Amino acid sequence: MIDWTLPKMRPAMFLVWHRNLMVWRKLLIPSLLFNFGEPFLYLLGLGLGLGRFVGELGGLPYLTFLASGLIASSSMNTATFEGLFSVYTRMVPQQTYEGMLATPLEVDDIVAGEMLWCATKGLFSSSAILLVAFLLGAISHWQALLCIPLFFLTGLCFAGPAIMVASFSRSYDFFNYYITLVLTPMFIFCGVFYPVATLPDFAQSIVRLLPLSHSIAVIRPLATGQELTQVMVHIGVLLGFALVSFYCAVVLVRRRLIQ
Amino acid sequence: MSDFIIKAENLKKSFNGEYVVKGINLQVPFGGCFGLLGPNGAGKTTTLRMILGQSPVTDGNLEVLGLNVPTHARQIRRDIGIVPQLDNLDSDFTVAENMKVYAGYFNLKGPALQHRILELLNFVELSDKADVRINQLSGGMRRRLSIARALVNEPSLLVLDEPTTGLDPQVRHLIWGRLRELKQSGTTLLLTTHFMEEAERLCDDIVIMDHGVILSQGHPKQLIKQHVEPEVVEIHGEMDALPGILTEKDIYRVEIVGETIYYFTDTPGEIIRRVEDKPNVHYLHRPANLEDVFLRLTGRELRES
Repeated sequence: MIDWTLPKMRPAMFLVWHRNLMVWRKLLIPSLLFNFGEPFLYLLGLGLGLGRFVGELGGLPYLTFLASGLIASSSMNTATFEGLFSVYTRMVPQQTYEGMLATPLEVDDIVAGEMLWCATKGLFSSSAILLVAFLLGAISHWQALLCIPLFFLTGLCFAGPAIMVASFSRSYDFFNYYITLVLTPMFIFCGVFYPVATLPDFAQSIVRLLPLSHSIAVIRPLATGQELTQVMVHIGVLLGFALVSFYCAVVLVRRRLIQ
Repeated sequence: MSDFIIKAENLKKSFNGEYVVKGINLQVPFGGCFGLLGPNGAGKTTTLRMILGQSPVTDGNLEVLGLNVPTHARQIRRDIGIVPQLDNLDSDFTVAENMKVYAGYFNLKGPALQHRILELLNFVELSDKADVRINQLSGGMRRRLSIARALVNEPSLLVLDEPTTGLDPQVRHLIWGRLRELKQSGTTLLLTTHFMEEAERLCDDIVIMDHGVILSQGHPKQLIKQHVEPEVVEIHGEMDALPGILTEKDIYRVEIVGETIYYFTDTPGEIIRRVEDKPNVHYLHRPANLEDVFLRLTGRELRES
């Protein structure tokens, strides 16, 4: 029996979000090292190293091009990994949700809270890259700060599908399918490292359906001061992915936990 | 408000068309300790999960604290404490943080909560462990913390799913003592166990379930009186040395399990007289207990689930 009832959004979701924030604060130093260290290496190694050969791409110095793509993909990756591994850990081996469901919290609150948290972590990691890129001089436009809410939206958009995958996984190994077949292709093909326009036409038409392309399509121009086009379409697609995947994740997690 | 803290009428639960709870009626009074007993697969845990609103009711009517389940499940859980069968403490936090975070789910905070947490840790004798991480606690400590955590919202109903399984006698007795104190202070306890001694010590009223139906209900002493003879003699050893005894089934109710013969009787004197001087025969004479009732009602075959 599957409970298809529309999820309710209640303030209780912030209790779940807050629980995760408290855990994160305990591991602050290693988290920050990861958040700042990784992008620093990427930007330095790829951006400067490869940039010397590439020169300019899409009207931008390669370091700037790469940084403005990585700030989008980083939120995707961070939210996805949180939604897969951490959510699965709390759902299955740690039984954290079972404990929560003994209180007035319900699955709706848990999934909403987890999605907010995944997006928050995405925002943290993308903001860290933005800061590193700023310090390296790769991004210097003030309106790059407007990207911050978009980092959060990008995180939401990928948190939902990740939680869906976690909700029907039997083990951590299952995530490899999702990472290899869905996540990595988006990371490689959606315009982080080179413009989507360089792909063959048929590939372009597929890639333009993927959410990361839409995220990059708003974040890159905003961060680098280029002209924004079709903002509402891009944001609408991201919002759509976030809302639909939230609903599906709630239904799937109910199926797993409420039997 | 009804007279019962839990009232189930013709409560049913099926998984994929197979019924695991087949229309039970339960009336759990306010106060005291109510025991739900049964072998593995009897439907105890499923019944508990339905009471907590964690498992949808397939059919029948279920009321907890005068409110309908599942309609008011959230509101009901506000006033219930749950000690789960498998500890699900939050391993990312310390003992005190566990209490605090869990209380947060009930929207409890502030100095009053701080005070209550100290009081509860003291109650389960974990005061000196407040800042210890969960993975450094022993099984007994975890279970005590689970109990303290379940009390943080001052519940009027405390649900315990096999609370002392796997614990050593010291911890078990400590927990029994604490549960008795709670009972005296007016908290209603709902307990599942397949540890008969526990049920006999704590429960005022017991339901024995198997295969999704209720087999019997009553006070432990009353159940013993109703279902078995008052005294039991268990004999094992060289059975060849015991001619004649086996045939007197009209006087004694006899059960043979493996190498052991059980005599259930009002007058054990004659059996004891016959076996007490046999060198290779061992016997145990004891009053009948709840375990005898349980085995009588649910049978002796193994449950492998």
